[in-house]
Amino acid sequence: MNKFYLSSLLAVFVLALIAWAGGPALPWLFGIVLPYAAVILFVVGVIRKVMGWSRSAVPFAIPTTGGQQRSMPWINQNKIDNPSTKFGVFIRMALEILTFRSLFRNTRIKMTEEGRFSYNLELFLWIGALAFHYAFLATLVRHLRFFLEPVPLCIKAIETIDSFFRFEISYDAIQFGLPGVYISGIVLFAAVSYLFLRRLLISKVRYISLAQDYFPLFLIMGIAFTGILMRYFTKVEIAAIKDLTMSLVTFKALAFNVPQGIGPLFYIHLILVCTLLAYFPFSKLMHMGGIFLSPTRNMTANTREVRHVNPWNYPVKVHTYEAYENEFREKMIEAGLPVDKMPDESTAEEEKE
Amino acid sequence: MNDKKWIVLGLAVFLVLFLSPFLYNVLIKGAKAAPMPEVVLTEKAKAAKQCVMPTEFMRANHMQLLDEWRLKVVRSGLRDFTNAEGKTFNMSLSNTCLDCHSNKADFCDRCHNYASVAPYCWDCHIQNPQGETK
Repeated sequence: MNKFYLSSLLAVFVLALIAWAGGPALPWLFGIVLPYAAVILFVVGVIRKVMGWSRSAVPFAIPTTGGQQRSMPWINQNKIDNPSTKFGVFIRMALEILTFRSLFRNTRIKMTEEGRFSYNLELFLWIGALAFHYAFLATLVRHLRFFLEPVPLCIKAIETIDSFFRFEISYDAIQFGLPGVYISGIVLFAAVSYLFLRRLLISKVRYISLAQDYFPLFLIMGIAFTGILMRYFTKVEIAAIKDLTMSLVTFKALAFNVPQGIGPLFYIHLILVCTLLAYFPFSKLMHMGGIFLSPTRNMTANTREVRHVNPWNYPVKVHTYEAYENEFREKMIEAGLPVDKMPDESTAEEEKE
Repeated sequence: MNDKKWIVLGLAVFLVLFLSPFLYNVLIKGAKAAPMPEVVLTEKAKAAKQCVMPTEFMRANHMQLLDEWRLKVVRSGLRDFTNAEGKTFNMSLSNTCLDCHSNKADFCDRCHNYASVAPYCWDCHIQNPQGETK
């Protein structure tokens, strides 16, 4: 047993238990105070973090040069992986942010039978990450139906697309799929489970995994799991929940009237979401903002054309040789030392006169 | 720093997007309350006092119940549903559900629209089998 994932799992379980016990008893605390506090923490935390980054210096030009740099006109430049223009950087950043290009180039080192190292493309992390992030985005966007009344057409369209695969399981023992199955929720849960199992089962990844790696995975897994549970299995009263969420975004919730009939499962879902929001700015999840500010990706690889001035450079008091000689020229001539610039004869005579 | 204005701009865009539910509801909708809609019960529904199952159950689980009914009727040809109180009902959307709740617009649709749910019941079933007016 690994203390890192066990402690994270325990933390998520404890959170769920707190919400399960406390939610129905203190709905105003778990349904109103907690979400507001989490949103405030998230917003303030993200602003502080990003503004802190904006103040930090970029001492050196360190773009990764993943290809041929711009040089002679007859040598083909790799314009995306070694961008020398702002537009190239933009393309590189867009591909990084939208398609996780760095993960795509993930390799696994193996020893071949002949005893040589081989580097193989390993795409499963990239596939898992893509599935996870886009499923999360779709889930997040379609949750807007709880925060907008009337629900706009674009959100309804996303819901329709998301529930495109209409599959139902109908037996006497099990009924599944009548509220249309959202593929994003299923993919999200599957992907986050894969990302967790990857950390757990690949020994090298487990070795570098800490509690702060497992905790967000368990949180998101818990969020997806409770969401799926609420939608397809142990149903909750959705109109009452939208009543609560609408009162939150219209600030009518400050009257602290929580509608009746919200099950404890919803409070578990909510406490995990609130924990995720509150934890976000202080965790590795800030890679959401950090990806934009990665100097290895967002700097132009034109170090031979433009000098990057280190902002840490401060004005150093220098005494150049020229100034030194100006100061001591006469004494140097008297002592017979060579000087760069002899005093002009004519001006010397003029001075005598 | 030259980049600071871009960072601030990006951060502002992100925060506007993140807080858009708040901003939209407060600034554009004027913080108008959007409470849970009241469903209208017909005289017949009021007189019956209770649906086939308790109200709390029906509010959260009616879609599951209807799905099970459909399975039993269509696949197994069973028609009788007996609830916990021992009362038996005919498993039929048109003849049982819509008999009392003959006001789809004021009963079904209110919550469905509120929660952005588009049930496919009405792909096959007509909305007003009794031919009654609302």
